[in-house]
Amino acid sequence: MNPMYLPLIPGLILGLGGMVLLLIGVLSKRDQTCTCTYGAVLALIVAAAFSLAAPDGMLFAGLLKTSLFTRFADTMVYLGAAAALLLSLDYNRREAMARFEFPVLVLFAVLGMIVMISAADLMSLYIGFELQSLTLYILAASARDSLRSTEAGLKYFVLGSLASGLLIYGISLVYGFAGTTNFISLAAILANGAGYGTIIGIVFVLVGLAFKVSAAPFHMWTPDVYEGSPTPVTALFGTAPKIATMALLFSVMLGPFGHLLAQWRMIIEVLSILSMALGALAAIGQKNIKRLLAYSSIGHMGYALMGLAAGTLAGTQATLVYLAIYLVMSFGAFACVIAMRRRGQAVETIADLAGLSTENPGFALALAIFMWAMAGIPPLSGFFGKLYVFSAAINAGLTTLAVVGVVTSVIGAFYYLRVIKVMYFDAGTPGFDKAAGSVRFVMFAGALVTCLFVFIPGPLITAADAAARALLG
Amino acid sequence: MNQIGFPILSLLTFLPLAGVAYLATLRGDEMAVAARARSGALITSLGVLALGIYLWMAFDPSQGGFQFVEALPWLSGLDVQYRMGVDGISLFLILLTAFLTPIAILSSWSITKRIRELMMAFLLLETMTIGMFCALDFVVFYIFFEAVLLPMYLIIGVWGGERRIYAAVKFFIFTLAGSLFMLLALVWLWRNAGTTDIVTLLHTPIAPQAQMWLFAAFLASFGVKAAVWPLHTWLPDAYGEAPIPGTIMLAAVLSKMGAYGFLRFAVPMLPQAAAAAEPLMFTLGVVAVIYISFVALAQTDMKRMIAYSSAAHMGIIIIGIFTFTVEGIEGALFQMLSHGLVIAGLFVCTGVLLSRGQTLTLSRLGGLATKMPAYAVFLMLFSLANAGLPGTSGFVGEILVIVGAMKVNFWVALLGAGGMVLGAAYMLMLLRAVLFDKLSRPELGALADLKPGEYAMLLPLAAMVLWLGIYPGSFTHMFDASVNAMVQAHIAALTPHTALAMVTK
Repeated sequence: MNPMYLPLIPGLILGLGGMVLLLIGVLSKRDQTCTCTYGAVLALIVAAAFSLAAPDGMLFAGLLKTSLFTRFADTMVYLGAAAALLLSLDYNRREAMARFEFPVLVLFAVLGMIVMISAADLMSLYIGFELQSLTLYILAASARDSLRSTEAGLKYFVLGSLASGLLIYGISLVYGFAGTTNFISLAAILANGAGYGTIIGIVFVLVGLAFKVSAAPFHMWTPDVYEGSPTPVTALFGTAPKIATMALLFSVMLGPFGHLLAQWRMIIEVLSILSMALGALAAIGQKNIKRLLAYSSIGHMGYALMGLAAGTLAGTQATLVYLAIYLVMSFGAFACVIAMRRRGQAVETIADLAGLSTENPGFALALAIFMWAMAGIPPLSGFFGKLYVFSAAINAGLTTLAVVGVVTSVIGAFYYLRVIKVMYFDAGTPGFDKAAGSVRFVMFAGALVTCLFVFIPGPLITAADAAARALLG
Repeated sequence: MNQIGFPILSLLTFLPLAGVAYLATLRGDEMAVAARARSGALITSLGVLALGIYLWMAFDPSQGGFQFVEALPWLSGLDVQYRMGVDGISLFLILLTAFLTPIAILSSWSITKRIRELMMAFLLLETMTIGMFCALDFVVFYIFFEAVLLPMYLIIGVWGGERRIYAAVKFFIFTLAGSLFMLLALVWLWRNAGTTDIVTLLHTPIAPQAQMWLFAAFLASFGVKAAVWPLHTWLPDAYGEAPIPGTIMLAAVLSKMGAYGFLRFAVPMLPQAAAAAEPLMFTLGVVAVIYISFVALAQTDMKRMIAYSSAAHMGIIIIGIFTFTVEGIEGALFQMLSHGLVIAGLFVCTGVLLSRGQTLTLSRLGGLATKMPAYAVFLMLFSLANAGLPGTSGFVGEILVIVGAMKVNFWVALLGAGGMVLGAAYMLMLLRAVLFDKLSRPELGALADLKPGEYAMLLPLAAMVLWLGIYPGSFTHMFDASVNAMVQAHIAALTPHTALAMVTK
């Protein structure tokens, strides 16, 4: 085979794997959910292995590009999707919504995400974006007998379509004024500055993508969709698509539009400040833990955007480190939410956690670790994410951004602490059912990584540095 | 590797963590686990103390710089190293922590709820505190400094008194808000010097305008930790609501972290700003000594009165540090040690009453001296040491601070000394209300005197208080060289500055 096509193999595995699993599910007489889920996890692992082994290069005359940066982001997406599948297996069975389409849809969503990450042309970007979005709409509504889930799916679909519309409108403006959709040609043209038309186009593109990372003020769908969707889907929403979109934001904004940093930096700063502030303030009053995590994820995206606002190598590295750490914390936290189940019924309010530390110390400690890590308390991993983005922001001269970040961290710590307070200080008998092995595995592995990151930070940081160099190099 | 050939500081820091791992593996019924957790934690902390004493023996007092330095590469992309080292300033604070942790663990004998977790929290706290005093890299320091919050939050919140939740959250948010500003200052310093190595940072000049901002950030974080007035409002709640062993660690060790921060970072790194902030810090210190002493006089609860007295004494320490004289700084350092021991002693005495099921309301106590003579002796000793009686540790620190302050500013010395009179007033009031007067309630007459376990806590503390008071030289000569070097560096940094006239001897 022509080595040029090696980078294509992961995508082929995901696409063909998805179709094969679909056939198995449809043709088999028995329920094949379990087979399909493990098959999908296997496909993700194999795809990840091929993706890591693939060489750098351009595909299809400049439509897709692979580099260390895309491989780094791809790996995070694969990890996130695999964790979501592991969490879904038991949850879907207990909720009586286990269907073989679920893993298949996740595979197609991941395919969309890796196309987004590798996109080197506005057209391939849009195709990946849409493939990902469409499958996620269905996943949000996958508990089809639940009113809340269908509402979440519909809401996500309506607002998501609006975002897609804005994105494609922005792309058409950029194409109309610059005359090309290819990233390299765009970069060459925009190196000499850009007219208002192009700038307006870029703003639309930015808004469309900000929608998907749920940066304030484009976050409105997040709390409702997080709350309504089945929890494993929420866990997926909170991580893989956000990481993919964030990676896309970096490759678009610092690639073709990189020369216009001075023009769009302000927008990113505002998005970042609003997201951090909203994430911190709106979460205080939440009673539902999924809504709390939704607001918390808005806040986290604000911190991650700080690295983009810096627009430097260090900023890119910082955001990549932040996202990787966020991925682990977030999955751990969602595993804990999935384990909140009393007599077969999922419970979701924070008050349900009261007294958990006496009844199930391991569970309580794991959730406390994730909450503390999200609040950014050292020595847990979340602190290092914040340290890197703050230092990138200050080094880029964005002191205001860093100061706002510090203030919102303090406010944010308050509601993370409230969860710990309820578990440790309040009396109660949660009486949760024993969680499935896969859920406990994700919880335990997440807590371990979050705690021990302080001792071995080297590999992740070096990899993120190399990935950032590949993007900006 | 360092002069003794093995990483003693890392061992000191992480030995308690090994204890935590051991406690986590304990299995069996609740009583057995609790008993083994207590003894495991006690043995671990005694092991740390033994190592600490070895460190003291091996320490070379003639050197002003850092000793036993360890360095390992750590955050590769950022050039942050894991660096540890001690000098005369941090040596005794490490020893203080190692000395008080076993006492705090002993003093938790009367707590019965979730012992294993409590012991794990104390060992974690010891790791974080010792690590913080040993850290020679700012990022490492910051991590340990912040991480102290995690076990302390749980100690207050799980094992505390009635308003424990309010106190725990207030403590956490206050401290976190302060330290995040230090984080910004840290990043700024890092960018300025290109490294976070504390030794390099100490010698990196910083523009005076920037120093003012950095000093404000340090004041926000160390001021909260050291409970400098008016950032002290979390203190009465936290001290009042925490269980006795938690209060001991908070008052005796954690409050020293803030003072240590001033001594290690704010003063040597920002000499101009520190000199410019001198009037401010003197004012805060004097207000703390006088105003908080009056507040202490008005307390009706034994624990809260001691808590306020602790905050008042932190004022003396702040005054001492900002005199920038050898006497003042040595006095502050000495006062830190003395205050740690004395306040621990006072809180242990409080715990003795609590463990006998007694209230701490002063009006409902009284006349205990006849029934509990041994107890009365210890309470008297610690109270008088707290008031600065000659022959006890409290006197040496305070007199040194006053002498240092006298060289710089007469009024500060006068008002600071005046505050100590108030200190004597409320301590005597406390003694009268608890030990003398007449028995306010008949059931007080049935109280038993000290038990062996209580002697085990109080005797070492009393012995140390007297040793520090009678022969302070065995401690001061360990930090002479470091403090001298620090004051010299401070004078050199200010050389054309007008403050020169004030700081020269």
